[in-house]
Amino acid sequence: MSAFGGHYSYFVTVLLMVAGLYVTIARGNLVKKLIGLSIFQTSVYLLYIAPGKLVGGTAPILDPAFTRYSNPLPHVLILTAIVVGVATLALGLALVVRIREAYGTIEEDEILAQDGETPNGDGPGA
Amino acid sequence: MNLAPHLPALQVVVPLLSAPLAVLLRRPTPAFLVTTLASWIAFAVAIVLWHDVGRGPAISYAIGSWPPPWGIEYRVDRLSGFVLLLVSGMAALILPYSRASIEREIPRDQHYLFYAMFALCLTGLLGITITGDAFNIFVFLEISSLSTYVLIALGPDRRALLAAYRYLVMGTIGATFIVIGIGLLYLMTGTLNLADMANRLPEVRHTRPVLAALAFLTVGISLKLALFPLHQWLPNAYAYAPAAVSAFLAATATKVSIYLLIRFFYTVFGTTAVFQDLPVSEIIMGLSVAAMFAASAMAIFQDNLKRMFAYSSVGQVGYITLGISFDSVTGLTAAIVHLFNHAVTKGALFLLLGAVTAVCGTALLSRLAGLGRVMPLTSFGIVLGGLSLIGVPGSAGFVSKWYLILAAMEKGQWPLVAAIVGSSLLAIAYVWRFVEVAYFREPSTALAARREAPAALLVPAYVLVAATIYFGLATSVTVGSAAGAAALLLGGAR
Repeated sequence: MSAFGGHYSYFVTVLLMVAGLYVTIARGNLVKKLIGLSIFQTSVYLLYIAPGKLVGGTAPILDPAFTRYSNPLPHVLILTAIVVGVATLALGLALVVRIREAYGTIEEDEILAQDGETPNGDGPGA
Repeated sequence: MNLAPHLPALQVVVPLLSAPLAVLLRRPTPAFLVTTLASWIAFAVAIVLWHDVGRGPAISYAIGSWPPPWGIEYRVDRLSGFVLLLVSGMAALILPYSRASIEREIPRDQHYLFYAMFALCLTGLLGITITGDAFNIFVFLEISSLSTYVLIALGPDRRALLAAYRYLVMGTIGATFIVIGIGLLYLMTGTLNLADMANRLPEVRHTRPVLAALAFLTVGISLKLALFPLHQWLPNAYAYAPAAVSAFLAATATKVSIYLLIRFFYTVFGTTAVFQDLPVSEIIMGLSVAAMFAASAMAIFQDNLKRMFAYSSVGQVGYITLGISFDSVTGLTAAIVHLFNHAVTKGALFLLLGAVTAVCGTALLSRLAGLGRVMPLTSFGIVLGGLSLIGVPGSAGFVSKWYLILAAMEKGQWPLVAAIVGSSLLAIAYVWRFVEVAYFREPSTALAARREAPAALLVPAYVLVAATIYFGLATSVTVGSAAGAAALLLGGAR
């Protein structure tokens, strides 16, 4: 198999990873940042799960008819990671709701302008 | 039933269970009592564990009796025992303080949530330290991080919300980098147990995924420990969080991340992989020196005292990572001692600043003229803590800087010796700003009407102030534990 065909899942993973990270950093809208963060986290799920699959392997239930089994551990790990990801997203969105209540906007630069701070957070308003 | 063999599990389980109990109890006082009791039990357990591993071999505990490397292993060695002692001790002191402190900052009907989150944060930090399983580290890291975001958002100022949000984004990126690193290591070694991983890594040491894993873990953990220039989240998070939370985070959260860095560098990868295959030492050394100067210089120009000491934290983290980058027993000893001493010093300072904000309603230096006359005990404590930040002989900060300078001289790095001494001068500058405002100016009429902070706030703070002096004079506990841990980490005894 060619380098690309055999490893296409890794290319997808890296693409999602970079795209998610870019959105998180480049966007000023607090909700869009969270979307980027979610994509970034999701890419890691792929990174874990894809190598767990063995070509020709079956579910890891002992049976004399089968000798090749896929590794179930990555799936279990990622179940945990998904729960963490959902919790993070929920908390992030809850914070955005509170920020909107306090500032009336979810654009980062407008919020900073209201507090009289510079974008890197070192303004005199502190 | 004999509980002694199960102490490593109890270390984490007791604070974990106190969190839902606090939520169920709902009333502030019972919630406070449950979580405080849990933190004291955790502290007692940590003392026993620390004492045991100081004498004997590391303690290994198989969760659910599944033997490692298949099951999750809790492992207490000299390093983790020492960090457990620090984290649980801080919680045991700060929780009693928090009762009087959050009275002014958080609505009463939310107090039980504060205690629950605090207990969860403690659970996560203890869990990261005690576990010997790579993925378990990530889970505990997220438990502590998620509760930390909530704790910061509870701050009275609306800027606390944005600070918490930014920390959430940065923290999640950092944690995800750590998971990527762990995932790559798992792909290459097929194990998640740290000790087992360390045994299998030499075979695949030069492969690219392992080097990538090292890079991801280093960057991810550096984000969490606020290594310059990845510290952007820290100043606002510390400045706008409730006082007790600032103190607890400054004293423990970054310190546990530093522990994680030491654990991965020295136990999992081993020094040859970290310091020879990649220029990690040079990079961390450069960033540490940058932190020591840049962050300390930023601290001088802050008007908000909490932000001033937050920037100072970034600078002080630089000293610790500098010690790690030396790859020598003396350097690592200096790092571990400073980890402890700085935690005690910053804990004391943030508790005292909490007393200032509780009484005066502000932490802005420009409004605190004459504080030394209005709140003599609090101001004196802040000065003593400041002396420890500078590293004046007789204070805890002196001991760790002394070892750091010894380590630099051992390596023949004279410019670094000059950098350590030079950056301490910057600490004099920001501490002096406080002294000047507090002692050489007349209090305004509004401030003159205030009185000294209540004992409920002063007593826990002064316990830590006394500790900074005590650990500056009697170094056997700190240096003894740190040197033992450093020798073990570098002795190849995994």
